[in-house]
Amino acid sequence: MTNAVKATEDAILAKRPESRAWRKFRSHKSAIFGSVVVGTFAAIAIAAPVLPIPSPAATDWGAVRLAPSLAHPLGTDEIGRDIMSRMIWGARASLMAGVVSVAIAMVIGVPLGILAGYMRGWVDAMISRCTEALLAIPFLILAIALAAFLGPSLTNAMIAIGIAATPLFVRLARGQAINIAAEDYVESAHAIGLSTPKILLRYIFPNVLPPVLVQSTLTIASAIIAEASLSFLGLGQQPPDPSWGAMLNTAKNFMAQAPWMALWPGVAIYLVVLGFNLLGDGLRDALDPREE
Amino acid sequence: MLSHILRRLLVAIPTLILISVFIFGLQKLLPGDPVLALAGEDRDPETLNRLRDLYGLNDPIWVQFLSWAKGVLQGDLGTSIRSGIPVSQMIATKLPVTLQLAAMSMVFAIFIGIPAGIISAVRKGTKLDYAANVVALSGLSIPNFWLGIMLILIVSVKFHLLPASGYVPPTEDFWLSMKTMIMPAFVLGTGLAASLMRHTRSSMLTVMRQDYVRTARAKGLREPIVILRHAFRNALTPVVTLIALLFGELIAGAVLTEQVFTIPGFGKMIVDAVFSRDYAVVQGVVLVTAIGFIIMNLLADLAYVLLNPRLRGR
Amino acid sequence: MKFRNTLLMSALLCTVAMAAQSQTLKIGLESDPDALDPDRSRTFVGRIVFTSLCDKLIDVTPDLKLVPQLATSWSVSEDGLTVSMTLREGVKFHDGSPFDAAAVKANIERSKTLEDSVRKSELSSVESVEIVSPTEIKLHLSVPDAPLLAQLADRSGMMLAPSAFGGDFSANPVCSGPFKFKSRVSQDKIELVKFADYWNADAIKLDGVTFLPIPDSTVRLANLQSGDLDVINRLGATDVPAVKSNDALAFASATGLGYQGITFNTGNGVKADSPFGKDARLRKALSLAIDREAINQVVFSGLNSVASQFVPPASPYFDPAYPVHARDIEQAKALVAEAGFPNGVDLELQVPNRPENQQVVQMIQAMAAEAGINIKINAKEFATMLADQASGDFEASQVGWSGRIDPDGNLFGFVTTDAGFNDGKYSNPQIDALLQEARTTSDEAKRKEAYFKADDILMADLPLFYLYHESWLYGLSNKVTGFAASPDGMIRLEGVSKAD
Repeated sequence: MTNAVKATEDAILAKRPESRAWRKFRSHKSAIFGSVVVGTFAAIAIAAPVLPIPSPAATDWGAVRLAPSLAHPLGTDEIGRDIMSRMIWGARASLMAGVVSVAIAMVIGVPLGILAGYMRGWVDAMISRCTEALLAIPFLILAIALAAFLGPSLTNAMIAIGIAATPLFVRLARGQAINIAAEDYVESAHAIGLSTPKILLRYIFPNVLPPVLVQSTLTIASAIIAEASLSFLGLGQQPPDPSWGAMLNTAKNFMAQAPWMALWPGVAIYLVVLGFNLLGDGLRDALDPREE
Repeated sequence: MLSHILRRLLVAIPTLILISVFIFGLQKLLPGDPVLALAGEDRDPETLNRLRDLYGLNDPIWVQFLSWAKGVLQGDLGTSIRSGIPVSQMIATKLPVTLQLAAMSMVFAIFIGIPAGIISAVRKGTKLDYAANVVALSGLSIPNFWLGIMLILIVSVKFHLLPASGYVPPTEDFWLSMKTMIMPAFVLGTGLAASLMRHTRSSMLTVMRQDYVRTARAKGLREPIVILRHAFRNALTPVVTLIALLFGELIAGAVLTEQVFTIPGFGKMIVDAVFSRDYAVVQGVVLVTAIGFIIMNLLADLAYVLLNPRLRGR
Repeated sequence: MKFRNTLLMSALLCTVAMAAQSQTLKIGLESDPDALDPDRSRTFVGRIVFTSLCDKLIDVTPDLKLVPQLATSWSVSEDGLTVSMTLREGVKFHDGSPFDAAAVKANIERSKTLEDSVRKSELSSVESVEIVSPTEIKLHLSVPDAPLLAQLADRSGMMLAPSAFGGDFSANPVCSGPFKFKSRVSQDKIELVKFADYWNADAIKLDGVTFLPIPDSTVRLANLQSGDLDVINRLGATDVPAVKSNDALAFASATGLGYQGITFNTGNGVKADSPFGKDARLRKALSLAIDREAINQVVFSGLNSVASQFVPPASPYFDPAYPVHARDIEQAKALVAEAGFPNGVDLELQVPNRPENQQVVQMIQAMAAEAGINIKINAKEFATMLADQASGDFEASQVGWSGRIDPDGNLFGFVTTDAGFNDGKYSNPQIDALLQEARTTSDEAKRKEAYFKADDILMADLPLFYLYHESWLYGLSNKVTGFAASPDGMIRLEGVSKAD
């Protein structure tokens, strides 16, 4: 909404069909579905402390690995904790892992990308070589090495995933910045003597943002999977705090005796990742001027 | 064209140096002492120190880096301190395994992803399109390791259809090799198939709006011919580029898939090496992967130029 | 038609392949062994492979008696400084070369001099090896060494063919065990085939054995259930019911010689300056707050046995004065208050990031909280944890030990001053003296006395305490007969056979 307000203030941006994008997004059924899924999980995650659920760390050795029942709607885990409670608290960790790591990647990646794309020359060469070097190391291997270096914890897993995802945003922002820098209005802004920081902030950045936004929702999806993968290797959220990935990691030892332990986090990861992917698709279609 | 390739190769050199320095620095920062990690149940302090000296771990980092780099330039990637086997030899035995997995996953992804993409583009907006999209997104949304373990439990344990894990070289027993590799290739291929499907679809949609497709239709050509001869051939360009680029993702995906299915390949080798602090192996594998990645990128570029008639003249 | 032919062909191939492999036992291990050279090997799983590959001078029975293998008899001199051994005649190495006194001498010298040998400290008391006759040797020791015979029943006593010393031994190991080396693909498999000239060939019913490292216990079990493996090592305790209820599978177990426990940093760097590092009463309180039986039931389905000391109850060195104490939360609380923390005390506990260990410490965390001990769990990747432990970057650590036949192997290295595993740097001259005494006398009664005296001190100081003795759990295909689990966790294949 604030974007739309700003847009009317700016003569050039006013011509950009913001409301059309919103209309397109709204008519995109799957995008709405995605937003609802993501929104629901986010709401549950935020509300976790006030929900009437048992503590996610409360153990009961008389009730170990119980199948779902009235007392424990999603069953209990390997040391008798309520899985529903752990799923809800785990949502916080898993969503955070996705959002924070992508935020890290964006905060580092987008400015570097814009700088490289706008300045070109040796700045570009340096940033691009570093980006290529990072890109050439497979994502998960980089994340494993970083997570092992920083020590296993949720925060460090987020940092590791964030750094590993940064080159993606550098590349995207750079490519976009190169295109926009060549536009007439940027050149005229340059000609009338507007300072570089102002040009970057007023013209380049807002135009780099839409594709970055689309990419970020898709990357959140893969970051959630990455957190689960790191947890699978024992490098994610640490006990007794839950995350869906960590829960899956434990559950894989009880696949035969207590399949529900693996089922719920598996399904939740699937749904949230699906939600973010649908949301990202919807955003892409809505913000893409080519597709009518 | 040739000068373009040469330029790209030259640019790759600083990138490779950067990667080496980066990975070398990172692994030296890794907490943990390789000798201690390897010592296992024999932790006599005297022996540990002797071994540290023997492997040069008491030298300053830059000395270690230079001696490693010197070795690499002479084609020597060092020796694994865990197994005592030269890293190049380890890579030579592990690489074919992962390449087989990657190739089978790719074949799988291409045969499912591209036709599904075409169909869903042609039938845009129908239930079929919708269903294909949901299936594709599901492929992207299921964690590989979860799918892998579920498949093992259902296919191997419950129905005894396929071997649960492991690896058999095709030279030893071709059919058994294929049978053992089907599940891992499927697991690794699902995500790729989904990517391919979505890219094929969007590329097809773009092409089908082009004038020459409309012209072909207007000339009264039959729809399958229009789609396959005119639309698909042109839609192929970005898809082929993508396939080359996806190989990098394949290697990364292989890390987890090999872990779940206990396949003695590249990915498992690097995870084990990181965890046992077998530095020479980590360094060698990352370098080789990075070179592979750069070559794939170059091939993607070439494919792009070769498949795009308008760029061919340049 | 073509398709059917292919099917037929592959079916044929399958049956041919199966007939050829019918008597090869496939064993799933939890990790890949390191170098296949007893002088360089450092892993537990490596010892399992060597059990089939390399005979030792001495072997161990399930009730931990030392029995002849390559040495038919031995005696220790009155002063404990000479060990005389008579060697088995007519034994051949896998390459056909003969086993004799010269080979023994060459082996012991190799273990003591090879640059990267990790056996040096185990054989440090051996000064020289004297060849008395081709079938008799004498080991001359610098000091009496009670654990030496037990070492000779392990990797230090494994006899390699001296004819193979020149090459890269681990790439092509040559020993004299029941099976000889065929091939190895690292992280994939180690194949051994029956050695026709084995001195005890009649006891070997199998044509070969293949070891496959499969780290994930779920996948290991899945392979057993699908029939791809015949034996799996380290069956998960919670998977035992699934194995027992499956008609095609069988279960075997033995109480191990090792233990899991918690060790404290009492003297290694600044982190030793913690409440728990300084005050034995707090360590005692934590030990009292833990309900060991509950952990055993919940995490291990009751299959392990609870522990109070460094050897399991079946050992002759088990001290009857210290049985496993029941949980006593009131006394634990009292001790915490007495130590000056009526409002509770914090403890950082590090643990390897493996599911079973994490379950254990999470339960301990919940139990300790009731006694006013607030545990912060630091789960660490194993290599990091080892390094942090060695450098003193820990307050307490949940650690384990696979166990040795001689009691010395379970205690000396962990509590004597500056010993290899003594990461908390506990140091007590009395303990050093007692354990030195126990290792330099071979009289069981005297050794017992020394260990029991040491127990009195250790139970008061409590630099580490014990939680449970792990059991070795195996899942077997019911085609396998004659398999018996051993307390040392080794897999012995004498008398084991496999039906078609």
